[in-house]
Amino acid sequence: MTGLNGSQRPDFAAIAQSIKRGAHILDLGCGDGTLLKYLQQTRSVTGYGVEIDDGNVLACVNSGVYVIQSDLERGLAEFADHSFDYVVLSQTLQAMRNTERIVREMLRVGRAGIVTFPNFGYWKNRLQILRGHMPVSENLPFEWFDTPNIHLCTVADFEKFCGERGIRIVGRTVLTDGRTVNVLPNLLGELAVYQFGG
Amino acid sequence: MANGKTHDLTKSVGIVKPQTARFTAPLPLRGGAMLHDYELVYETYGTLNADRSNAVLVCHALNASHHVAGIHADDPDHTGWWDNMIGPGKPLDTSRFFVIGVNNLGGCHGTTGPLSINPDTGRPGGGDFPVVTVEDWVDAQARLADQLGITQFAAVMGGSLGAMQALAWAIRYPQRLRHSIVIACAPNLSAQNIAFNEVARQAILTDPDFHDGNYQVQHAVPKRGLRVARMVGHITYLSDDEMANKFGRQLKHGKPGYSFDTEFEIESYLRHQGNKFADYFDANTYLRITKALDYFDPALEHGGSLSQALQPVAAGVLVISFTTDWRFLPERSREIVRALLDNRARVTYAEIDAPHGHDAFLLDDVRYHRLVAAYFERVHREIAP
Repeated sequence: MTGLNGSQRPDFAAIAQSIKRGAHILDLGCGDGTLLKYLQQTRSVTGYGVEIDDGNVLACVNSGVYVIQSDLERGLAEFADHSFDYVVLSQTLQAMRNTERIVREMLRVGRAGIVTFPNFGYWKNRLQILRGHMPVSENLPFEWFDTPNIHLCTVADFEKFCGERGIRIVGRTVLTDGRTVNVLPNLLGELAVYQFGG
Repeated sequence: MANGKTHDLTKSVGIVKPQTARFTAPLPLRGGAMLHDYELVYETYGTLNADRSNAVLVCHALNASHHVAGIHADDPDHTGWWDNMIGPGKPLDTSRFFVIGVNNLGGCHGTTGPLSINPDTGRPGGGDFPVVTVEDWVDAQARLADQLGITQFAAVMGGSLGAMQALAWAIRYPQRLRHSIVIACAPNLSAQNIAFNEVARQAILTDPDFHDGNYQVQHAVPKRGLRVARMVGHITYLSDDEMANKFGRQLKHGKPGYSFDTEFEIESYLRHQGNKFADYFDANTYLRITKALDYFDPALEHGGSLSQALQPVAAGVLVISFTTDWRFLPERSREIVRALLDNRARVTYAEIDAPHGHDAFLLDDVRYHRLVAAYFERVHREIAP
């Protein structure tokens, strides 16, 4: 959804590292199925992608990824409670209209949830705002007037969001240029990967 | 299924010839009756490969037949009902797959049905021909597969009632198909669906020419009933928008005549469809096929749990629905998807945004056809040696 559909996004490796081998996975907003394909190859996972776009659904069929065409905003009614080990929402949270609902649905359907999102608190984003403009970067490639990203947040915002709702964060990796950031992640991290449970 | 276009032979399976398979082992029917001796008429396109792994069975819906693709030498205007889907270079590519179309039991296109002569009486079975079900059809198709030496289909495919057969195949013979392609389907009929079928049946049953189903002996044909039955059916195949686009409130003669002649274009269309149908379709067959639709309900034997009913499914399943299909709503397809997900089946689901209603499964739609083509590409890779 952020326009990054390359063969390997920086968050993919972090997601792969945070899941068990052979897990059953639901990838929400799976795009052309690249992540699931990658996880099938690297972690022997099984599972499905959920995708709304016709072209992406076709791409999933082409690449042998099992895909369910559906609008995430409608919830995950097709999926039973706790039927997946992990429910992944990579680079899509910020484009969801109903953020809280999808996070709740992820926890209903999966034993754990994994979200990745561009950290709006990254210093380069702050700098662009200081200069008077909405940030545009590799991770936030859209201009303000045509962005699908309506719910951007910072690392600190997401942790506050989870804390207030009793959502337990069980893992966090913050990345810049593919490398893990351990110091001042909300300032120095470009991309956040969170794993959480109910 | 209007099919008035001239046939383009470059992407066609060309001239095809129906064949007949005879069966002498009795077939027990779900309704309790037994068929002792029966024939199935079928057509095949493409070539069965050496390890017999590339066969695809195409199941027909309400009014169609074994004539799925190509043309008959003696009737070049009558193109197979799914010719846009099946042929060389088409989504179901006959240069790769060996495709079989079969007329179902109780049919009126050569397969044993109400028109067939009952050997015990020497007369057409007519109204005495038993009620047949989707499961009976599938069992008969499995015997045809036996006879053709096909132990496992690469795929079984169908739309609407044909899709119910594809689904029933995956439940009844899980090891005998690699993939099930279920298009514009429902896991059972809604009360509204059954209601429409019942209106159609009543039209036939109350036609004075029906004679309790034994109209052939009386040299009569309940054409009026068949016409109305088909008209009712046709209303449910099209979306409201599609009807509005095609016909709107257009009048045949430009201004109202304040009479009961065909005035609106939609009336003219429905009457035309009804007349055409009454000329070639058998009323007893129509009654039985609508009943087969009504009775289809795999969840029934499992306390209403479709998930349990679909537990045996081992095939990969492609489920496709169409957004404007109000006969079998996308929600109904989602019920099937959900039950397959409960069983962790290898399911793929696509919801095609098409304006045509239920009939969309028979029409050209780039997204729909591309998707089916991509799926068969995958099936092809799977069976490639």
